[in-house]
Amino acid sequence: MLHVNGVDHLVCVEARRSLADTLRQDCGLTGTHVGCEHGVCGSCTVIVDGVAVRACLMFAVQAQGLPIRTVEGLACGDILHPLQEAFIAHHGLQCGFCTPGFLMLAAAALEQDAWLDDAAILDLVSSNLCRCTGYQTILAAVKAAAIVMREEA
Amino acid sequence: MTTWVGRSIRRFEDPALVRGQGRFTADLPAARWVRFVRSPVASGLVERITPPAGSVCITHADLVGVRPIKPMLDRFDYVPIEQPLLAKACVRYVGDLVAAVLGTTAADAEDIADQVLLDITALQPVMDTPSALAEDAPVVHAGMSDNIVVRAQMCTPGHAQAWAAADRIIDCDIRSHRQSGQPIEARAAHAAWDSSGRVTLTCTAQMPHLMRTAIADLLDMPEADLRVVAPDVGGGFGQKMSLAPEYALVVWLARKFRTSIAWVEDRRENLMASFHSRDLAISVQGAFDAQARLVALSGDVLANVGAYAPYPNTAAVEPLMSFAELPGPYAVAEYACLARGVVTNTCASAPYRGVSRPALTLAMERLMDKAARSFGLLPEEIRRRNLVQQFPHTSPTGLIYDTASYRETMELALRVADLTRFRQRQVTARVEKRYLGVGIATFCERTGYGSPAFAARGMGVTPGWETVQLAMDPSGFVEARIGASPHGQGLRTTLAQIIADAVGIVPERVRIIHGDTDRTPYGWGTFASRSLVISGGACLIAAQQLHTRLCRVASIMLEAAEADIELRDGIARVAGTDRTIAIADIARASYHGAHRFAESPGLQETASYDPLGTFSNATHIAFVDVDVETCAVRIERFIVAEDAGRLINPMIVDGQIRGGVAQGIANALYEEIVYDEHGDILTTTLADFLMPTAHEIPPLEIHHLETLSDASIIGAKGLGEGGTIGAPAAVLNAINDALQPFGAELDAMPATPLRIHDALRAART
Amino acid sequence: MKPSSFTHHEVGSIDEAVAALARFSAEGGRILAGGQSLVPMMAFRLAQPTHLIDINRIPGLDRPRLEAGELVIPACVRHAGFHQQVIPGPLGDMLATVVRHIAHVPIRNRGTFCGSIAHADPSAEWPVVLVALDGVVVARGVAGTREIPAAAFFQGIMTTALAEHEMLTEIRLPNAAAGQRYGFCEHARRAGDYAQAIALAGWRISEGVIRQARLAIGGVEPTPRRLPAVEALLDGHAPNDALFSEVADAVAHCVTPMEDPQVSASLRRDLLRATTRRALQRACA
Ligand SMILES: Cc1cc2nc3c(=O)[nH]c(=O)nc-3n(C[C@H](O)[C@H](O)[C@H](O)COP(=O)(O)OP(=O)(O)OC[C@H]3O[C@@H](n4cnc5c(N)ncnc54)[C@H](O)[C@@H]3O)c2cc1C
Ligand code: FES
Ligand code: FES
Repeated sequence: MLHVNGVDHLVCVEARRSLADTLRQDCGLTGTHVGCEHGVCGSCTVIVDGVAVRACLMFAVQAQGLPIRTVEGLACGDILHPLQEAFIAHHGLQCGFCTPGFLMLAAAALEQDAWLDDAAILDLVSSNLCRCTGYQTILAAVKAAAIVMREEA
Repeated sequence: MTTWVGRSIRRFEDPALVRGQGRFTADLPAARWVRFVRSPVASGLVERITPPAGSVCITHADLVGVRPIKPMLDRFDYVPIEQPLLAKACVRYVGDLVAAVLGTTAADAEDIADQVLLDITALQPVMDTPSALAEDAPVVHAGMSDNIVVRAQMCTPGHAQAWAAADRIIDCDIRSHRQSGQPIEARAAHAAWDSSGRVTLTCTAQMPHLMRTAIADLLDMPEADLRVVAPDVGGGFGQKMSLAPEYALVVWLARKFRTSIAWVEDRRENLMASFHSRDLAISVQGAFDAQARLVALSGDVLANVGAYAPYPNTAAVEPLMSFAELPGPYAVAEYACLARGVVTNTCASAPYRGVSRPALTLAMERLMDKAARSFGLLPEEIRRRNLVQQFPHTSPTGLIYDTASYRETMELALRVADLTRFRQRQVTARVEKRYLGVGIATFCERTGYGSPAFAARGMGVTPGWETVQLAMDPSGFVEARIGASPHGQGLRTTLAQIIADAVGIVPERVRIIHGDTDRTPYGWGTFASRSLVISGGACLIAAQQLHTRLCRVASIMLEAAEADIELRDGIARVAGTDRTIAIADIARASYHGAHRFAESPGLQETASYDPLGTFSNATHIAFVDVDVETCAVRIERFIVAEDAGRLINPMIVDGQIRGGVAQGIANALYEEIVYDEHGDILTTTLADFLMPTAHEIPPLEIHHLETLSDASIIGAKGLGEGGTIGAPAAVLNAINDALQPFGAELDAMPATPLRIHDALRAART
Repeated sequence: MKPSSFTHHEVGSIDEAVAALARFSAEGGRILAGGQSLVPMMAFRLAQPTHLIDINRIPGLDRPRLEAGELVIPACVRHAGFHQQVIPGPLGDMLATVVRHIAHVPIRNRGTFCGSIAHADPSAEWPVVLVALDGVVVARGVAGTREIPAAAFFQGIMTTALAEHEMLTEIRLPNAAAGQRYGFCEHARRAGDYAQAIALAGWRISEGVIRQARLAIGGVEPTPRRLPAVEALLDGHAPNDALFSEVADAVAHCVTPMEDPQVSASLRRDLLRATTRRALQRACA
């Protein structure tokens, strides 16, 4: 049983199936992407039990019963998450393949501490790879979202 | 009248992408998964392939009637080479396709592939150009007399005389080590057979229509039986432009097994067997007169093109582009060049953002810096004396440079940079054993060229023109079906801006349809910084036609003269009056009340555009801090001044520059595909092929000039590649500037710590 | 890049883990901790374990504790657990400094301190900390528990004194008294990469001179190690740049650096010289 974005998914997978592949292929949640399958690119980043993890380096069986959040659960109905808004406003995406990973990476960090300073945000954003944007607009988006999230908190 | 062009409106692509609702090829479910068995050796004879019992394993022998990939170039000095979809008798690089196995999941297919026994007699591989050119070198393709696939040579008539009269000759030998574009989405293909016998190939492609033609040709099937869809594509940078044999095999498998088949390339395969690029050595010699003006240039270009030729560009694309564009933004009259493409037992090389220009710009910009030093001039001064300033300018290879601002753009960058202050700081820093450097790169980027340019190259396939089919539906929405195939460039937004202005509606009412051969007119896709210029040009023409037609209908409905009708913000108005009608009502009437008008019913317009090409231009200035103990380079500041004509959406333009410069910095400092002498590839993980993170890419300072040239009807010049073209030269010039106190020089990219270390050691001894 | 098949065993206690290891280790059974090294190796099929004994849900292994003057780090303490000081004082500070160099946030959220020690990558950070401090590795097998001193633990690239059937249950690091100073420096190509040279220095200052100097290096040779001969050059001397340069030269001379396509032996030696000197300087800061 996988508990994703508040919904239970009953799936039956081999032990070797990664959480990323299971979300994508067995739960139908293809917003989580797979770029390298060895932990470097971060496209597969999701939130498990409150922290951002590489879903390619975790087996689905390990995530049983834990709360999992993916990009599909980030917006609240029609209302985008401040990070999603900021990525659009600051042109933090081009092809958009890396975007779900960056969103989940930043969401986990900012929901824990919206007061991250610029150096901490740089460290955070350097966790994932983007080939299109050159990162500066992603940094700007995360910083802008942090301000919004501080006000909301 | 521009209401929308020039504004940084938000992209229409984004809302779905940020919600995880993008649709990428690998998202599709499939009945069977294919895994390719690849050669573990660089060169060898396939003796036997033994699959595990009970498995489905396809080898060359099964592909009856399937043609090899054989891109053609209509030049006497080009030798066409063939690539069978699966190895016939020989394997030619580590990663070469040997067999295809099917499984019910990707993991299952991989298990089977691991059990396929390959009996291959290994042969001595040729790995680099010197060994491939050696007298006794084995030939990579049997039947060729040597390993040279293309050999282009020219010399202008006055070259020898100018050479002899020159004040001095400056030499520069640069080396660009092998690169890979590495989109974060690796390649993927999904072919679904339906009971009518038709196959839909969904794949990570930059050129869907050409993929369809090419695959239909290879498999000898009617093109109408194949639909190619490029859904959301996670970056391409050239890697998804050329025909992948894997895609054709997936289609073949879907037809053979009458089912759906998926292939999702893994990162290791992508690093090993997706197209590589930029493995070039360029030697230039510049003959300068006493005023430091470049009077004659000689070049020798040697490209390691790998084992096969990419379709449609052929293995000649890198050497020939270097050959044609080497003089860059400099007004040199006399030119001699020899360019050779050499096959080796390495992965095939294909266009990657910038193509050969990052390397040739490195050669020219290093040459200029070396010459400046020889003349005792500042780097900016020697460029002032040599940049093209009269337009149009005809280069010694016959290229026509349209109106641009080479000099003005450089001066703009210099004003921002304030080099006088920096140079003072550089001197004081040296006292504290800190080594700072500044490097300039000026270049021009040939973009948006139509079919004549490809014809001039002699290509068997001459891409170039684009067609758009524009229709306004009865509700007043415009649908534009385009042949270009964007994958991150934001074309759905920028084209909508162009159309909105030309028609007089808001961009939200424009939908751009792309990437589906069933839904779009034949076109060439997205590459060579062409889409905005050419597809945008076609959109503008079609939108203007639509505008005219709408005005005509409106004039009847409003009972006014056609010339008095103004369309704006979705409203048609009789100029100077308050008599108006909504454009949506005109649209409705055009379909539902067509009897009232002399027009053919409906609102459909088609237009094509096939321009000669244009040149955008830019200057990059990089400031670096070289830690001479660890040989690490930190980029302190990076300035880009560029002129790509009219900015349709400045936010998107800056995005292209940022992304391009990041790839340029990656090429300059970090990324390299490495083979060992046995032909094994050593960089098959992202822990070995070092893509920069946010830590390594500095903020950019971007400045624009907007020179309008009539070579592009929308006023915009392409700039998709410029960032990647200029950055390596700027960074290397800066590193060399920083290392001046040691007398060390480095003309190879990437400028890794190891190379900097070696250069410092060489200078010391 | 899909791992080959294995059986997943979720264990609820160390005893169960040890029993499962006893049963399966001979046929390719292994502990699965954070999975941040093992799973990539499985993806490349460089590792093909047939059984994975997953220790992640064993209760009580995820928090370090202070016990008899030692910091005890049980098997499931994640790297991220060290972002904040695990204990007040110089040791907690030093660990918080070092952890910032290990990979990136999501990897630190899963990867474990003990996993890194068991994995024994020559370029990893925690092994250097372990040898610098002369920590102790506690291993449990069916035959019982043994304590392995740091100096005897690392035996080569990714090889350790741990037997196949043993689980590393915890690491013990001697806590540092107030006044203890540390200086850490590493060189990596990109932020978060495995290091190409690591130096960790530690000492106390009394009467203006260095006492009880420790200097450990990593990323240069197949295993991390302390350099007692070089430490002797520091002891009894007042810290100053000339001394540090001399010591850095001595360190650079006494190693046999590994070579790879990115780093020649000569470059690696220079990297170590620079990182050593900077680590020494940071210990004074
Ligand atoms: C992109 C990336 C970058 C990284 N960069 C760095 C870096 O810069 N520095 C660094 O130090 N590390 C780095 N790592 C590795 C990371 O720190 C790992 O977490 C660590 O090396 C292993 O810890 P783990 O808990 O993940 O162990 P696992 O991956 O679960 O296990 C590793 C090995 O140790 C064995 N093992 C683990 N725990 C035990 C135990 N308790 N008893 C017996 N055997 C055990 C396993 O069987 C396996 O063989 C990186 C990883 C990735 C993916
Ligand atoms: S796919 Fe998980 S980190 Fe790249
Ligand atoms: S937007 Fe394309 S990889 Fe990040």
